Amino acid sequence: MIRVDGTGKSNSLIQVRGLDKTYRRGGEEIQVLQRLNLDVDKGDFVAFMGPSGSGKTTLLNLLGGLDVPTHGSITVAGDEITHMSGNKLTQWRARHVGFIFQMYNLLPVLTAFQNVELPLLLTKLSKSDRRKHVETALGVVGLADRMNHYPRQLSGGQEQRVAIARAIVADPTFLLCDEPTGDLDRKSADEIMELIHRLVTEHGKTVLMVTHDPVVATRADTTLHLEKGVLVEGKTSHESVMAGGAA
Amino acid sequence: MKFSRLVLANLFRKKVRLILTIGSFAIALVLFTFLAVVKSAFSRGTEIAGADRLVVVSRIGLMQLMPISYRDKILAIPGVKAVTHNHWFGGVYQDEKNFFPQFVIDPENQRQVMTELVVPDDQWNNFLKDRQGAIAGARTAARFHWKIGDRIPIKTTLYGGGASEFNLDGIYHSERPGGDESQFWLQWKYFDENAPGPVKSTAGWYVVKLDNPDDAVRVAKAIDEKFANSSFETKSETESAFAAYFVKQFGNIELLILAIGSIVFFTLLLVTGNTMAISVRERTSELAVLKAIGFSGRAVLYFVLAESVIIALVGGFIGLTLAYLAIPVIGLALTGLLPPLILSKSVLTLGLGFALLVGAASGLLPGIGAMRMRVVNALRRV
Ligand SMILES: Nc1ncnc2c1ncn2[C@@H]1O[C@H](COP(=O)(O)OP(=O)(O)OP(=O)(O)O)[C@@H](O)[C@H]1O
Ligand SMILES: [Mg+2]
Repeated sequence: MIRVDGTGKSNSLIQVRGLDKTYRRGGEEIQVLQRLNLDVDKGDFVAFMGPSGSGKTTLLNLLGGLDVPTHGSITVAGDEITHMSGNKLTQWRARHVGFIFQMYNLLPVLTAFQNVELPLLLTKLSKSDRRKHVETALGVVGLADRMNHYPRQLSGGQEQRVAIARAIVADPTFLLCDEPTGDLDRKSADEIMELIHRLVTEHGKTVLMVTHDPVVATRADTTLHLEKGVLVEGKTSHESVMAGGAA
Repeated sequence: MKFSRLVLANLFRKKVRLILTIGSFAIALVLFTFLAVVKSAFSRGTEIAGADRLVVVSRIGLMQLMPISYRDKILAIPGVKAVTHNHWFGGVYQDEKNFFPQFVIDPENQRQVMTELVVPDDQWNNFLKDRQGAIAGARTAARFHWKIGDRIPIKTTLYGGGASEFNLDGIYHSERPGGDESQFWLQWKYFDENAPGPVKSTAGWYVVKLDNPDDAVRVAKAIDEKFANSSFETKSETESAFAAYFVKQFGNIELLILAIGSIVFFTLLLVTGNTMAISVRERTSELAVLKAIGFSGRAVLYFVLAESVIIALVGGFIGLTLAYLAIPVIGLALTGLLPPLILSKSVLTLGLGFALLVGAASGLLPGIGAMRMRVVNALRRV
């Protein structure tokens, strides 16, 4: 159950309380997030929408431990990440977060296989175990036959599927996607969303996704809008209304 | 190591750039090695000089002669084991450019003083019996393809002018590695008989062998005091001090070589540092993704350093190999102009160290930049 009023159960997977993020540019301060609350349970699929500059990427970066908030706390599976040191946070990211960005996802000098293998290099898995995991992940995204292709030999949609395989290969606690379809045509975008949806329904993944595209957002259980630094529940997506009614 | 593929893949990202950078290292290393070898060639005289020998020259100058009677007077000083004397002959073999040092030696004492320059006994005995005999250093003999028994014409103003022929009775080798094997020795008796008046019964310089190297300062002082206020005052110093003084006659070669070497070093550092900086900057977003995935800042620093160090080692290895092949050829071409060029293990090690240092230094700044870079900012920079 996704809540934005700070009243979630204390055992929700992701618990955000009173999150503030203020950027200082020159002399002026930009308050991007203001006392934001959020609760996400395991298996939830939530979409964040909002105008450009509203702070969607900022929120995702905070949730993924790439940036630190000005105030407030983020707790994931019982670990409060807001007080972790740089090194601990890096290790935490490796274990708990799968990132999918809009672009710049893959290393052009590595094959699809090697790209997907990257997160596993940080684990103690043996070479053959790594191979098994990579093959499974590439199988899930339907690219087992493209293992040895380089990114430039793949279409945009295929590249993004490799990125998804890399995000799930180490079986992270949750996935963060920042406009995963932003660079793709409608058809590829639909395929990617189909894939992410399957990850949630068939594999029980927890997904937090930023998108500009209302059609893409309908794939999520819930759409939250970022307005004036806080999240409000969406009323525009009929699916999110249905999901809310079913719960 | 499991990260090696990532490092290698990044290395080969831009092949032309890789080749050019490795090439810069190789060329710099050839230059570096050559400079180091020349420097050590000039300073070798000082390093290998006998610590138990003094050279006695005229106080007025190197080319001033001293009476031959000094020999016995020096020998009488306590602490002196043996004394020999030399003259500079300065003849020409075929052509001016075929220069090699020609010394008139004193056969009776030569071997007692210059113990490390060895001649087989049978050759030495032939030389003693042969007024027009000569002994050549192995390097000079090899340079002109002389064999024992050859007659060697030397043009000189002595002996009635024109060319005099000498019989090559023997070839000497230096037992000390890097010793001078280029000299050409002639008989003092024959020289003295033919010498013009002012040169008769003189010595160009004396070489004194000591009982104990620790006595060098005392004996040198005693010799110079003995001849003080005479018409031929002397200046005695250890052979190594003499050799150092001799090298200085060429100008301050060490400083020159050090200056050129430093320029090579800093140019290489700038070139590779710049290349590494560009190569890191153009993949900022990729490094950011790596960090997002969970690679630590330190890991990213190591990746960058590994790249620059591998480039340095490969380039350095190629450069050292080229130098190893080229230096004997260059050395041969420069025979007579420069002391023998010897590429020693220590120069090779120094070269590799030099390459490593530049490699690590050029990767360090961009690497630290990548280590400190914040993922959020890097991904925002589109
Ligand atoms: N490092 C920073 N320094 C200063 N201001 C920043 C910084 N990062 C973000 N901002 C500002 O914070 C605000 C929110 O940025 P953010 O990227 O989170 O928005 P967004 O909702 O993701 O926008 P978009 O839809 O265009 O991606 C913007 O006004 C932006 O200019
Ligand atoms: Mg954004």
